[in-house]
Amino acid sequence: MDLRFSDDDEAFRADLRAWLKTALADLAPQPPRDDWDARRVWDTDWQRRLFDAGYAGLNWPKEYGGQAAPPSQQLVFLEETTRARAPYVGVNFVGLLHAGPTIVAEGTPEQKAAHLPKILRGEEVWCQGFSEPGSGSDLASLRTRAVRDGDHYVVTGQKIWCSYGQIGDFGELLVRTDPEAPKHKGITWLMLPMDLPGIEVRPLKTVLGSSEFAELFLDEVRVPVECRVGEENDGWRVTNVTLSFERGTAFVSDLVDATRLVEDLAPYVTDPAHRRELSHIVAELDAVWALTKRNVTQSARGVAGRGPYMIKLAYSEVCQKMGELALRVLERDILTVDGEGPFVEERLRSLAFTIAAGTSQIQRNILGERVLGLPREPR
Amino acid sequence: MNFDLTDDQLALRDGIRALVEGRFPMDRVRDGFDRSVHAELADAGVFSLRADGFSWADAAVVFEELGRGLVPGPLVWCFGRDRITSGYDASLAGSDLVEFLGLVDDVVVIDPRRALALVHPADVVAAGEPEGWPLDPLTPVWRTEKQVIAGEPLDLPFADVWDQGALLTAAYCVGMADRLTEMAVAYAQERQQFDRPIGSFQAVKHICADMAVRAELARVATHAAACVLDDPATGSRARALAGAKVLAGEAAILNGRSATQVYGGMGFTWEVDVHLFLKRAWVLETQFGGSDHHADALASTMPGSHA
Repeated sequence: MDLRFSDDDEAFRADLRAWLKTALADLAPQPPRDDWDARRVWDTDWQRRLFDAGYAGLNWPKEYGGQAAPPSQQLVFLEETTRARAPYVGVNFVGLLHAGPTIVAEGTPEQKAAHLPKILRGEEVWCQGFSEPGSGSDLASLRTRAVRDGDHYVVTGQKIWCSYGQIGDFGELLVRTDPEAPKHKGITWLMLPMDLPGIEVRPLKTVLGSSEFAELFLDEVRVPVECRVGEENDGWRVTNVTLSFERGTAFVSDLVDATRLVEDLAPYVTDPAHRRELSHIVAELDAVWALTKRNVTQSARGVAGRGPYMIKLAYSEVCQKMGELALRVLERDILTVDGEGPFVEERLRSLAFTIAAGTSQIQRNILGERVLGLPREPR
Repeated sequence: MNFDLTDDQLALRDGIRALVEGRFPMDRVRDGFDRSVHAELADAGVFSLRADGFSWADAAVVFEELGRGLVPGPLVWCFGRDRITSGYDASLAGSDLVEFLGLVDDVVVIDPRRALALVHPADVVAAGEPEGWPLDPLTPVWRTEKQVIAGEPLDLPFADVWDQGALLTAAYCVGMADRLTEMAVAYAQERQQFDRPIGSFQAVKHICADMAVRAELARVATHAAACVLDDPATGSRARALAGAKVLAGEAAILNGRSATQVYGGMGFTWEVDVHLFLKRAWVLETQFGGSDHHADALASTMPGSHA
């Protein structure tokens, strides 16, 4: 057991650090959060620069533009981009960390060739279409219908909490293809071209006052059958592949943000009791980093650890603790959201962390049942 | 980087676990610490790991197993020493109470200038009985009669003794937190109310899930601290150790409380082992710096510190 990176990894770190210094020097200021067109440009420009420098898709196969680098270099990348305060995935979140890895694992060679290189080059932005108004925690109860009509699925229904719905070129879409089957057995995973007729996207205004999500209305949208990932009615299994990436590394991006935020917050924290609280938060964040390192080590060795079931639960709650501390420390400076630092905005954003991607309650059910072996609740 | 137990460490863990389960079942643990406990652990090499070429990470793996088994004794103070040893920081409040004092050969005293001395127990306390009613029935305490005793100076850096003690104590706490999770999960699987196992109810299941997360975060924090002691270039020793002691101490205490709750009325009995774990956790919180001490230490590594 050790935390020492190899000489290769350290060489990778040195190159990356030098590259980041140059690349960040002429980075344009980050656009306002509700200017989605500008955000798309800013995030995809950065992605393209990463790609050109050989830092995109570190753990993706080489034949689709990835680097097939060892997992330890992924960690070095995260450490260095955190340290340098480089942009992270931004609007490329679903493509790079959700839909993309799913296509890597489950897609056909044609699907991989069509999408993976474009995602890595920042030429294709993805959005999410999983949740529905009636299907939140009980995602498998989803009702958006897809009826086979020759070479197409005709899709009708409604999706909500679509991340990047305003600007997505493709959506990862869960549909019900067999309404007669048990709910987990009748679902199919589709790639939805967002320019098809019959799709309406409505921004959804959140507690931040901006539209971090969208609602999706689908009215007899004809989706080509070749957009299906995995077999028909096997979509729940594919979804669990997607969600395993979410549990694995996708939320490291939030951890990157939280690590930066706590460093920024520390100088404001002067009261000794508050500084002790800060220490507990830092200790937990450091431990979540350590757990991430353990996960990466274990997955590289093919060991199925319990860490992936714990990361999101742990980091979401520690982020909220940090947010609460920030608000107490700043006292009346919190009365304006855009006042002192990003702390108020981040506190608002973190309200979603224990809800999105499986509430903390659902996470505890999964951990209790799948990892600890406790009996299922009657349902 | 391989931040997981190596094959050798897995073998070490399994070996010490088998030893603890074989030699120290709970009915023996309940008899408390004596010379035979020390002798069997010493024979197994538990206290001489460093001298035998093992790393701090290896030592953490071993102490985690001792904590799982709630093996009693001044085990952290005995680490690295041939003779049965206890110790205390004479500058701390409450330092007139010292664990296991009447049962040891040597006492390490840390004086207020942070110099270390080795003292004969008879020079600290007159021969006699321990204080009547220790919080942890397996951790008897003696009241010292003199505050600071002149002894044989020990040429050990305070920081090393303190940090290594904090690490091994944290590892022991991780083992307790992990074992408490297993005990609570097993009870929640077996105990029936409303015609079903109580572990099927979210109210109970979620307590168990939180216990597991606490134990795991404390474990990786402790392993990270051990790795930093082994290889100082891989992190901040102060920050890693403080984080480990804070999280491991909290995990042991909170998991002790949680296990008591899951066990319900049985958790409040002397017969069920949970209280012994919780009481040990409270005792260990006072050793090698409590959570407030380490929180202050960690805060001093963060921006804005005036320390």
